[in-house]
Amino acid sequence: MASVSRSRTERLVNLVICLLATRRYLTAAQIAATVPGYEHDPEDVREHDAFQRKFERDKAELRALGVPLETGTASIFDSEPGYRIAARDYALPAIMLEPDEAAAVGVAARLWRHAGLAAAATSGLNKLRAGGVEVDPHATLGIEPVIAVDPAFEPLTAAARARCEVIFSYRVPDDDKPTVRHLQPWGVVCWRGKWYVVGHDTDREAPRCFRLSRIVGSVKTQGQPDAFEPPENLDLIGYVGRNAGPVARPNTARVLVKPGRAAGVRRFAQPVQSTTDGDVLELRYAEPDSFAAWLVGYGADVTVLGPDEVRKAVVARLEDIACVPFSSTAYELEPA
Amino acid sequence: MTVSAPARLARLLNLVPYLLARPGIELAEAAADLGVSDKQLREDLELLWVCGLPGYGPGDLIDMSFDGDRVTVTYDAGIDRPLRLTPDEATALVVALRMLAETAGTTDRDAVARALQKIEHAARLEQPPPVAVRLPGDTERLANLQDLLERGKALSISYYSAARDVTSERIIDPMRLLSVSGRSYVEAWCRSAKGVRMFRADRIDSITELEEPAAPPAGVTGNDLTDGVFQPDPQAELITLRVSRGSRWITEYYPCESVTEVSADEWLVSMRVNDMDWARRFVLGLGPRVQVVEPDHLAEGVRQSALAALANYA
Repeated sequence: MASVSRSRTERLVNLVICLLATRRYLTAAQIAATVPGYEHDPEDVREHDAFQRKFERDKAELRALGVPLETGTASIFDSEPGYRIAARDYALPAIMLEPDEAAAVGVAARLWRHAGLAAAATSGLNKLRAGGVEVDPHATLGIEPVIAVDPAFEPLTAAARARCEVIFSYRVPDDDKPTVRHLQPWGVVCWRGKWYVVGHDTDREAPRCFRLSRIVGSVKTQGQPDAFEPPENLDLIGYVGRNAGPVARPNTARVLVKPGRAAGVRRFAQPVQSTTDGDVLELRYAEPDSFAAWLVGYGADVTVLGPDEVRKAVVARLEDIACVPFSSTAYELEPA
Repeated sequence: MTVSAPARLARLLNLVPYLLARPGIELAEAAADLGVSDKQLREDLELLWVCGLPGYGPGDLIDMSFDGDRVTVTYDAGIDRPLRLTPDEATALVVALRMLAETAGTTDRDAVARALQKIEHAARLEQPPPVAVRLPGDTERLANLQDLLERGKALSISYYSAARDVTSERIIDPMRLLSVSGRSYVEAWCRSAKGVRMFRADRIDSITELEEPAAPPAGVTGNDLTDGVFQPDPQAELITLRVSRGSRWITEYYPCESVTEVSADEWLVSMRVNDMDWARRFVLGLGPRVQVVEPDHLAEGVRQSALAALANYA
């Protein structure tokens, strides 16, 4: 096995060197006669077929690695296509990074250590090294971000690059069944640590964004690449973060907090006065219901003094909670 | 171990220009730099030695000279430059740099921006990677934490623990500053807990710098964050809640052991809980449309808390 793999790798290295060195397009027959590992008798149909299959596989492998194989004919008299690699398309352009820039790239490549494109980040960094960039593996930039991506990240970014439509199942938490969605993906956004894909939803005929963590199963592409054109001057963040400004908290409530309790409430409060019953604090809030839900979590440690809308919301919630049947036997599971 | 042929081919094509740029490099250094073993590197060199230009005579093959453990490529057969970046490689580097540029607390933002520009240029992309990053963060707070970490002293902090709903004083030996999913953490040895802990930056309410240097015990390493920052203890008590549509969001915010549909409108959600007081506050906060199925003492605790709170309003 090792020797097969070795001779195959050797053949591919020689093929790359040969095609980089030639200016003329070389036909498959010329390559077979030149590069070691392709030797065969072209007159023998079976041998010739085997060679062609091998050569097709090798070409596919080079293209998968990103080697730009050009096809063309050496002259107008040739009917058979030939192959070559243009050095300017093959090579990483010269890149000069200052030490601090190289350090930044080194730190950046490390961010992927736990996720998706880790292998691509490492091989990319190694290409920069081969291009002469010295990367200090111990450099830091004060803080270490850790990239965590959902499995859908890779197929979606690839589809957005190729401009290829995708299909996936999507489940929002308050829905029972995932629904199948069709999307022309424009791009992927990380917003406040969560990943989203933005694009044109062809079922809804409108731009939509989807959270990657809610995609169920795999993302499949459909149809041809270059199937659509994203809008010009696209602001991906704008689609996700449109309504995500800081929450306005115009209202003030007063609460009584038992001494030494409910630290989670105290952190956001202004002390007003201390009494024997506890501490009177002031808190800002947006609207009474979600504010009440938060306060109820602290149970008897927090009592709302006012305003009435908050006091009533808290009491109503507490009364409902006290009425929830608490014996697990009271609710036998009915069949789903 | 057999490496896939394409991966090895990519490595070999990269190795020649890498060595060419570093005449006389020590093999061990090159292997460490490229993330391969010494043995792999030697095997790669042996293979390259028999590759070269058509003709494949002594003057056509890739050639190297060795001086002890040092190697110099003396003939490259035309592979003098690395292969250009693939779209995935370009995306990986560009997205990570954008992430760095967006992370509050990155010290050398200017270098990150310059590097980003150069990489995008070198990648020769038809279009920039279709990925945008925006992270929130309290830049001032993080800059302050960074200064403290750089000065390397132990810290006395006042920290709010949401699990226990208390703010307590602790002495910590900071190890590093991390940003995970848009949240910043100080990873440190906690002297009170005698263990490595992650402190959320936004829950550190005050900090005092101590005279003594930060000194985490020898051999202590950072957490493996592969599965996220919060990993529930598999030994912790299991709670099961019956939740309706309005509370199903909890399954996205907390690691759950199982989520089972019991009717068109209700689910059973099970999760491991380290602290029953936290669970009681959690269920109370979720409100009346959540029912505790197990354990009984939690259901009873929630009800008693609600009754006790109601007594305040009587």
